[in-house]
Amino acid sequence: MTTETVEWIMSFLLIASGLMALAASLGFVRLKDFFQRLHPPALASGGASMCVLLAMALWAWVNDGRLILYPFVIIVLIAITMPVTMSILARAALFRNRTSGRAVPPSLTSATEVVTGMHDSERTGDRKPSAD
Amino acid sequence: MIPTGWLSGDVGPVLSAAILCTMLLYMAAIGLALVRVLRGPSAQDRVLALDFVYVIGMLIILVLGIRYRSEQYFEAALLIALFGFVTSTALAKFLLRGEVIE
Repeated sequence: MTTETVEWIMSFLLIASGLMALAASLGFVRLKDFFQRLHPPALASGGASMCVLLAMALWAWVNDGRLILYPFVIIVLIAITMPVTMSILARAALFRNRTSGRAVPPSLTSATEVVTGMHDSERTGDRKPSAD
Repeated sequence: MIPTGWLSGDVGPVLSAAILCTMLLYMAAIGLALVRVLRGPSAQDRVLALDFVYVIGMLIILVLGIRYRSEQYFEAALLIALFGFVTSTALAKFLLRGEVIE
């Protein structure tokens, strides 16, 4: 592969990541509900960052002439941490909506422990943060 | 006269133009996410948008690392990713329980 070809591939990857980030932020502005707005960050943390890190791996590979694996550390890190953040945030939003009496999404099962991810002792605990 | 920096240097013209376009797209994305941070009706909206801003900031550092052919930027991006995770998780835990560490 010539350097020109590599630069074209990297340009495509970088602009694709920029477009994905812009689409995610448009989703932030336009979607109505918080539980709908949980979805756009997946586009940034999944698609955009993986495009950039693939471009970086390609760049390091072409420059140094050896296979570089360190950009994949960030891919693995993001793939592990982002679902954790999103699920804790969704649990927090469910809890706050429930305690302040606002509408929550309909439950998929009847067991509250499955839906909220919390035990009953947590749900009825006396340490409730005030709504907003 | 073209200023030295974005459109010249040690990457090719195609790649430097693509990096400029990508930076502008990232700036627009951060601006729209900051609209949500300022306007978000509830606290969890703001936390979510700040987490998104963290991810885009990490991507900006990585693209700068490609542009300047340096591996130092990679470590900064790794640290930003880690601190973004810790910040978002601590804020979400605070919203959930009212305390961070109990």
